[in-house]
Amino acid sequence: MGLSGLDIYKLLPKTNCRECGFVTCLAFAMQLAKRQVSSEKCPYLSDEAKRTLESASRPPIKLITIGEGDGKLEIGNETVMFRHEEKFHHPCGLGFIIEDNLGDKEISETIKKINALNFERVGCMLRPDLIAIRQNGNTDRFVQAVKAVREQTSMNLMLMSKDFKAQQEALKLVSSARPLVYCLDKDNYQEFSSLISEFKVPVVVCAQDLSGLSEITQNLINQGIEDIVLDTGKKATTEKIWEMTQIRRLSLFRSQRSLGFPSLVIVENRADPFQETLTAITYIAKYAGIVLISGNETWEALALLTLRQNIYTDPQKPLCVEPKIYPVGNVNNNSPVLITTNFSLTYYTVLGEVEASKVPSYIVASDTEGMSVLTAWAAEKFTAETIAATLDKCNIKDSVSHRRLIIPGYVAVLSGELEERSGWQIIVGPKEASGIPSFLKNL
Amino acid sequence: MGIELIYQKWSGKINEVTIGSESKAVKIGGQNSLPFLFKEGGLPNRPRIAFEIWDVPPQDWPDELRRPYGGVLEDVIKWAERCQEEYKAEIICVRLLGAHPDLGNKPSAEEARLVELLLQKVAVPLIILGCGDDQKDNELMPVCCQAARGKRCLVGSAVQDNYRTLTAAVLADGHNIIAESPIDINIAKQLNILISDMGLAQDRIVINPTVGALGYGLEYAYSIMERARLAALSGDKMLAMPFICFVGQESWRAKEAKALETEFPQWGPQRERGIIWEAATAVAFLQSGADILVMRHPESVNCVRDYINVNYQDVDS
Repeated sequence: MGLSGLDIYKLLPKTNCRECGFVTCLAFAMQLAKRQVSSEKCPYLSDEAKRTLESASRPPIKLITIGEGDGKLEIGNETVMFRHEEKFHHPCGLGFIIEDNLGDKEISETIKKINALNFERVGCMLRPDLIAIRQNGNTDRFVQAVKAVREQTSMNLMLMSKDFKAQQEALKLVSSARPLVYCLDKDNYQEFSSLISEFKVPVVVCAQDLSGLSEITQNLINQGIEDIVLDTGKKATTEKIWEMTQIRRLSLFRSQRSLGFPSLVIVENRADPFQETLTAITYIAKYAGIVLISGNETWEALALLTLRQNIYTDPQKPLCVEPKIYPVGNVNNNSPVLITTNFSLTYYTVLGEVEASKVPSYIVASDTEGMSVLTAWAAEKFTAETIAATLDKCNIKDSVSHRRLIIPGYVAVLSGELEERSGWQIIVGPKEASGIPSFLKNL
Repeated sequence: MGIELIYQKWSGKINEVTIGSESKAVKIGGQNSLPFLFKEGGLPNRPRIAFEIWDVPPQDWPDELRRPYGGVLEDVIKWAERCQEEYKAEIICVRLLGAHPDLGNKPSAEEARLVELLLQKVAVPLIILGCGDDQKDNELMPVCCQAARGKRCLVGSAVQDNYRTLTAAVLADGHNIIAESPIDINIAKQLNILISDMGLAQDRIVINPTVGALGYGLEYAYSIMERARLAALSGDKMLAMPFICFVGQESWRAKEAKALETEFPQWGPQRERGIIWEAATAVAFLQSGADILVMRHPESVNCVRDYINVNYQDVDS
């Protein structure tokens, strides 16, 4: 898909006018191929050349934005099949379906429940991204329900209706919020495409197989509609995994433009919320851009959002906190001092337990480049020497009048040398963070 | 517009390992395709779930996890029977923790008798784990292997610094071995080479990649497993072993699984939260290639078993 420098050179005016800042057109072409400069620097590019360059630099899976402002959902622009090859870039959206035939009060209660589904984990806020309103009855009720939902949540919206009039009326109300329209299929896309063009909103295209999908998306692309999300409908989980894998492969390896979009999966199993959760877990791991579920239980959302956080963590960059002193609670110069690593998971686990103990304490996060206690110890990033240096550097001695340091139980072996190097008295803490509350209370 | 699909062809294949003897023996591995991609290759054996039981009553298991085992946690034989009869266990994994010097220091001969008794009472295949103290395990595991001679158990764990004694015992008494590496693909491979060099067949080795629970570093082992599986399918025979994942042990350490609703009201009811934490961790690792899941809560096991059965319905059990 990428053009070589010479390919690009052929598209340039070859006048060596230097207006782009480069001595020759060839030099400019070489930089373009490396994506170091923008093609706009050349004032003499033909429209055709512009189009060619643009499409060559297009990412294989288009980035799609749903919603507006801080809470908007961005999906797509993925570059690999497996996270270790680089990383997964845009965490898949999690959404809930609300039926429009619920009473107003029920809708309000459901939204309240969904709005409350946010959790803090390792220093990040985890929250769902979408509410989908699904039409069951007449046009007016759908529009009413959309209005009600819009008024009660700042979450991104998805409009689920194949009723042209209903979509049109709903879009008049909420198109500024850039909702996702669901869905265009082979029977309605000719009619609906005008609506999508008019309101400039992202749209889900639905077909039972990849050829069917491709046919519709190609038509839409030709009409200038490119904010597309793909759905292959309801089928067995293994079949879905196969299709999502194919969509990802075809866009990455074959630049199949008609499938170069993120996918959406609807997982509904009201009879068995456990199975619903496990099926959703599958698609978060395997290539979904959006997963919609029907349940809104806390445990379901917590499990799914946590897996999403795990899978979309950059494998080359462990989550770290800034290495420094963190006072917890109402500390004074007698408060205990605990040292741990700056790996987010370790730090936040320790923090949670120190908070739970209700004993005001200082936590010193030592710079272990984001490694956990044992890993850092094995890699010699958490040793008597590095800990002593950390104590010095962070000036913890200015904050407390005592010289007693609590170290993780797993590195008890460091005690002697650390005492010598730092001059602090070393107290060996529990191995697991869960032992901290009782440890601090009995100190 | 016709779309021509992309089929990936692999030259390698995961070894098929047989655990247990006679009619209840189970086979794992044997696939030459990535997880659930049935259209691309063979996935002849479904992933299996083993119930984890201890020879001493667990002190730190949360109430939600103890409840299904009410009345049997004090008696490992009854515990095993409940797993087999009531919860339909396909494999039982016994951890001989009571032999640990700090946890009772049971004599090895006593543990060996226990293994013998378990094999009499339990028809399904057995996984036998040591107590985790290298020195004690080197004395304990050979006698346990001998007590289970010919039953083709899966025995663990061999680690890079301590694999010789266990490998020799497994070799002598006809078992399979768990080769454990600390979330490290190079050590995993190295250990498999060391064990094979001692003469144990490659189809008698199962990799324990040391998994973390959902929210607790799950992604590290997840990617190590994907890398190892891709290498194996591409022809690396020294990584072509099935995976065993100790999902129960990790999940039930997670605060999200253990904490009561009174402690964390914003997390909702604990029962479902604990069950789904273990089940979700298990299903995530099925995506990265787990072949045996060692689990604890019968409800979590049920959920994951249903999930596997639905997705493997065309594969003979």
